[in-house]
Amino acid sequence: MANYSTNEFKAGLKVMLDGDPCSIVENELVKPGKGQAFNRVKLRNLMTGRVGEKTFKSGDSLEGADVMDLEMEYLYTDGDMWHFMKTDGSFEQYAVEKKALGDTVKWLKEQVPYILTLWNDKAISVTPPNFIELEVVETDPGLKGDTAQGGSKPATLSSGAVVRVPLFINQGEVLKVDTRSGEYVSRA
Amino acid sequence: MTMNWQPAASMATLRERARLIATVRDFFAARDIWEVETPVLGQGGSTDVHLVSLSTLARTDKGQRKLWLQTSPEFHMKRLLAADSGPIFQLAKSFRDGEVGSRHNIEFTMLEWYRPGFSLAQMVEETTALVEHVLPRSPGPVVHYRYRELFHTHLEVDPFTTSLDVLRSLAAERGSMPAQALSDEGRDTCLDLLMGMVIEPHLGQQELSVVVDYPASQAALAKRHQDADGEWVASRFELYLNGIELANGYDELTNAQEQRQRFDDDNAERRRLGLPEVDVDTQLLAALEQGMPASSGVALGMDRLIQRALGKSRLEEVLAFSTANC
Repeated sequence: MANYSTNEFKAGLKVMLDGDPCSIVENELVKPGKGQAFNRVKLRNLMTGRVGEKTFKSGDSLEGADVMDLEMEYLYTDGDMWHFMKTDGSFEQYAVEKKALGDTVKWLKEQVPYILTLWNDKAISVTPPNFIELEVVETDPGLKGDTAQGGSKPATLSSGAVVRVPLFINQGEVLKVDTRSGEYVSRA
Repeated sequence: MTMNWQPAASMATLRERARLIATVRDFFAARDIWEVETPVLGQGGSTDVHLVSLSTLARTDKGQRKLWLQTSPEFHMKRLLAADSGPIFQLAKSFRDGEVGSRHNIEFTMLEWYRPGFSLAQMVEETTALVEHVLPRSPGPVVHYRYRELFHTHLEVDPFTTSLDVLRSLAAERGSMPAQALSDEGRDTCLDLLMGMVIEPHLGQQELSVVVDYPASQAALAKRHQDADGEWVASRFELYLNGIELANGYDELTNAQEQRQRFDDDNAERRRLGLPEVDVDTQLLAALEQGMPASSGVALGMDRLIQRALGKSRLEEVLAFSTANC
């Protein structure tokens, strides 16, 4: 991979830092008066998801990371691995480990497209669509006529996620949920 | 392909910018400081190790020559001073390669002025008066700090006497760098990092901060003197507003021999670091040789002052076109 110098650090650029692939979030030039310039760089570690700040001398460089995002549909799990298939018509499949799947494990639904982040052709994270439609498999019976705001109860969805839903929601209904906040949006 | 041809700033902002520039001209006219225009190109450039100069090739009457784009209008203006111009100011396009960010643009407007016979203290006073004149609201009181005092307050180290090893590990720690990242660096790099990352964000908050008594090694083109503690310091000040450096001022070096030595030292340091050398401005040296009156001078980032006056978070919001879409 190519090396990138601090003045090429832009949001979204993927670089290697301490052995982990990272995505640059923000890059600010800091130059005290007449002296040496530095870059204060915010990076997201793509293995852990954590965002941290590092300082570099301006002109320092980092090795690029062979990272790409690809859209793939979820197929199935065999218990050890979770299998996805490219949506570009190639039918090429990728197996994903539980660690890389992280919290997305509770938002999985067959035939829904996810974004797989690959590093050196290995999946390191899976991002669900912002909104997903899932069926309620378990919740307390709905209260008839109660459509007022305020009350809520837990509901378990077909993917395994548990979300707070209004009291009028019944088992078997399909809901639209925001995967970023884990919040109920509406009936689908 | 869609071209991003539109101005970076809104038309309303650009009109405000024009109005603020007019108030700057009023300020200097009222003080009998006249406006000059000097070339952007020069046969010599800035040797400053921390500045990256742009240059271009031109066919001149002496054949093809490499000419340097100024990093500030300093050298030409000093030649005017040596020719008895008296007090002068200029709004000058200046260029510093690679400087890109929310408060940097490669091409920018420098407001620079010189006052023969002014002490540094008088120059501080005039600079804060100008900033107050341009800003729509008072930035608060003017507060003076010594460089040393700032390091004591914010970092509990002394910039002059704390050991280099301690400065290196402290700078690496505060910059979230690996412990050994600065093991080859000198004192000034460590001090610059600590100043920029730790101290600067505290300066100019609800006040105009003036910093003086920088280490002598950071004198650039300023004279040096011994401070009250007997340390050799630069006869230089910096002005901060909202954590951002707005201006720096010098009691200008007028000694031709010392100036030549500093240029040569810069180029020697450039060779050591593997950086390209910069042609020394021999015409400035000749002017100093002949004699430049004792003067104080200030360079102020005009775009940054406009940015602060209009409350914009990014420099490009006050530029018609930033380098990114020039």
